[in-house]
Amino acid sequence: MNVYEVLRNVKDPEIDTVNIIDLGMVEHVEVKDRSISISLLPTFMGCPALEIIQKNVESEIRSSLGEIEDIHVQFIYHPPWTSDRISEQGHVQLREFGIAPPPEKMVSTGEWHVNCPYCGSTYTTLDNIFGPTACRSILYCKACKNPFEAMKPVSTL
Amino acid sequence: MTDTTDLLSNPSYKKALIDLLYQLADDDFMVAYRGSEWLGLAPHIEEDVAFSSISQDTMGHATMFYELLEQLGEGKANDLAHGRTAAERKNAILVEEVNGPGHYLKEPHYDWAFAVARHYCYTLAKKLKMASLQQSSYEPLAHIAVKVNMELHYHLMHWQTWFTQLTSIPGEPQERMLAAFQLVCDEMQGVLHLGTYGKELAENGIIISEDELSEAWLADMKLLLQNHRIPNKVAIKMKSGNGRIGEHTEDLVSALNTLSEVYQQDPTAAW
Repeated sequence: MNVYEVLRNVKDPEIDTVNIIDLGMVEHVEVKDRSISISLLPTFMGCPALEIIQKNVESEIRSSLGEIEDIHVQFIYHPPWTSDRISEQGHVQLREFGIAPPPEKMVSTGEWHVNCPYCGSTYTTLDNIFGPTACRSILYCKACKNPFEAMKPVSTL
Repeated sequence: MTDTTDLLSNPSYKKALIDLLYQLADDDFMVAYRGSEWLGLAPHIEEDVAFSSISQDTMGHATMFYELLEQLGEGKANDLAHGRTAAERKNAILVEEVNGPGHYLKEPHYDWAFAVARHYCYTLAKKLKMASLQQSSYEPLAHIAVKVNMELHYHLMHWQTWFTQLTSIPGEPQERMLAAFQLVCDEMQGVLHLGTYGKELAENGIIISEDELSEAWLADMKLLLQNHRIPNKVAIKMKSGNGRIGEHTEDLVSALNTLSEVYQQDPTAAW
């Protein structure tokens, strides 16, 4: 079985429709004989879900790939995770959860705009850059009158 | 870039680097704690969410710096965060100061003006340090600085909005903000101080010199005040002592007692 396929079963503990491959967190996988080394990129450094993700990766590999004896999962900081690492599929999965994906383009002033994940309207306002988790912001759709969340854009700009 | 093993084989390089990492880790550890004490007490619910998110990010940054120390053989990150006495700490005095009179659980008469001024001034200094550290000769630190900087962008924007808006309103808001800003300036030099090995840090390309850092901070601060027509002179001092060399106040002792309560009861507890 392919390691990447197995890792698709590991979801973000706080957004359980999206997996760590589509979030762009998996940077490097190396299989050698019966050992495996996986390097992950943390989204936000203070994210309390990181430790849970690390443990879930280990247990998923252990249960799906029986031939692997030695599992090493680590977080690395280079390259930095940026929100443009989220895949197309990841964008779809985020919307399913009611979270707007990060804007595809960031301008150099740092301004950004997202459409409502429910009705697609562009008539939205930012309520709070900081949301219920480190990677999310709180917005409001003035068209369908729903509050919603968006993945906070992060880039090296 | 030179190999890190070569750099670390130079004792004066390693000593200076370790000292700086303690400053960065201890600063973020304390400022995140003081920030977290506002939980449930911030002026409105959106601020409660924002401030606790910022404090959580900041505690994450402290963890990264303690982990760099762990990699350099200083001991376990958790022990470095919780097991060291006040005299061993290298954080600036500004970040250890209480949020105001009273206690978190009993009559917390915290001062929001002081919180805004402290967190804005501190975040601006941290932003300048991270900008320099992205080019640090010590590559693992440079990588973390890139990551911290991305998150810090939002923190700085947040505090700058509070700071400029409150300070620009004549009357009580401006008076209270300027009084708080004065208190922050009285200790701000301690934040910009780079400790005993400042010279070695600059010579080895680990971080810019203390003079350059202070000048950059003062220039940014003066420009901000000028742009918002806020009448004030900026003069920074370290009135209560130099935290970088272990000088601290009772505020740090009591903060550490609270923060490390679980650790002191059982240093091996998983939580």
